[in-house]
Amino acid sequence: MFAIVRMHDLFAIVMLLSIYGFLCASFFMVMDAVDVAFTEAAVGIGISTLLLLSALTLTGRFEKKQRHKPLLAVFSVAITASLLIYGTLQMPPFGSAYAPAHQHIATHYITQSLGETGIINIVTSVLASYRGYDTLGELIVIFTAGMGVLVLLRGATSPAKDSEGKSKRVTSKQPVPMKQHAILRIVSKMLIPLILLFALYVQFHADFGPGGGFQAGVIFASVIILYVMIFGLRATQKTISLAWLEFLSALGVLIFGSVGLLSLLFGENFLDYNMLSSDPVQAQHLGIFVVEIGVGITVAATIILIFMTFTGRMADRGGQQ
Amino acid sequence: MNFFELFNYWVVMLLMMTGLYILIAHGNFVKKIIGLSIFQTSLYIFYISMAKVTGAIAPIIQQGVELYSNPLPHVLILTAIVVGISTTALALALVIRIKQAYGTIEEDEIQAMDEEP
Repeated sequence: MFAIVRMHDLFAIVMLLSIYGFLCASFFMVMDAVDVAFTEAAVGIGISTLLLLSALTLTGRFEKKQRHKPLLAVFSVAITASLLIYGTLQMPPFGSAYAPAHQHIATHYITQSLGETGIINIVTSVLASYRGYDTLGELIVIFTAGMGVLVLLRGATSPAKDSEGKSKRVTSKQPVPMKQHAILRIVSKMLIPLILLFALYVQFHADFGPGGGFQAGVIFASVIILYVMIFGLRATQKTISLAWLEFLSALGVLIFGSVGLLSLLFGENFLDYNMLSSDPVQAQHLGIFVVEIGVGITVAATIILIFMTFTGRMADRGGQQ
Repeated sequence: MNFFELFNYWVVMLLMMTGLYILIAHGNFVKKIIGLSIFQTSLYIFYISMAKVTGAIAPIIQQGVELYSNPLPHVLILTAIVVGISTTALALALVIRIKQAYGTIEEDEIQAMDEEP
């Protein structure tokens, strides 16, 4: 961990960060947070490492040595640390069932959610139903971040390309990466359908076990990213074009939002699913199912979109140099 | 007061301060983002370790089990992880644009360039 602070080779740091992500995922598993462990495993180990690596290829691998002594930083960090330690002295002990965090609304979720939504996995029902509003907001944040990346990285290149009079993205001959690595290509060909199947299982199994839109979305995205890495961006774009991804990432938010609006139209509160069917439990079930699909679509599409924009940028640079 | 009862908070604090230190003391933007993501992860650990109840099982309802860990922090962190990765991606995109505009991603070099006129 502390090697990350000292080292100047950013590549090694990213690798260490990936190991750290794996440790975190294992820790979440031990702490009973299975859904979170799922997501962290896919995001922390896979996607964030890849994004950082592709950013490194564009910005350079080594950090410059510091010229000034970081005394002030050490000082302010030490002050913050001592304040935080002082704060923890009043915290409830680890693992206590009587901690304030477990008292207020969590007990309602644990005791009532099965009766109200008919879903075994409490995390899913809280995510999509009780706190649906939050989740919608977060989905919009993800969507906006994806669009921001697009605007920053793709919009900026096009004027330059116009001035050169030709589009690099189309003309640049990008050799298919990993052509020599037969083992990688064959193994990934076998693995990709299996992981896709697993992602769908995670998506639709959210009612009965750990799973849901966020987890399935990142797993799905990581498969496509694997495909991009092994077979190249151009092969992937034949199947999934960027325009489609943009459409899909908006579609997910649209599905989520329109379920909410639908309930408004029926005179209920926003994102109250009870009107979807005559039986409230059935209605909740349906609402959660639809919303989770929306979440899955947006998350998967946005993350693939971000990754493709990064790699597309690298291909552009490769063509120019 | 037992030392181990508060141990989880101190681990979180240590990680958080590591992240904060990287954020303040290092000039390289990619490294700053890495520091920020360590800071972020320490918060995930904080929430998840608060949700743990000794002797409880994961919050998936089973027959004959009374004690579950708190599902609410799990929900919050689940979404936070995915939001975190997309904001990290946005930050990295900004860094790439800075590299394109200035040719460097070291903080002090950029400042020197800006002051030059």
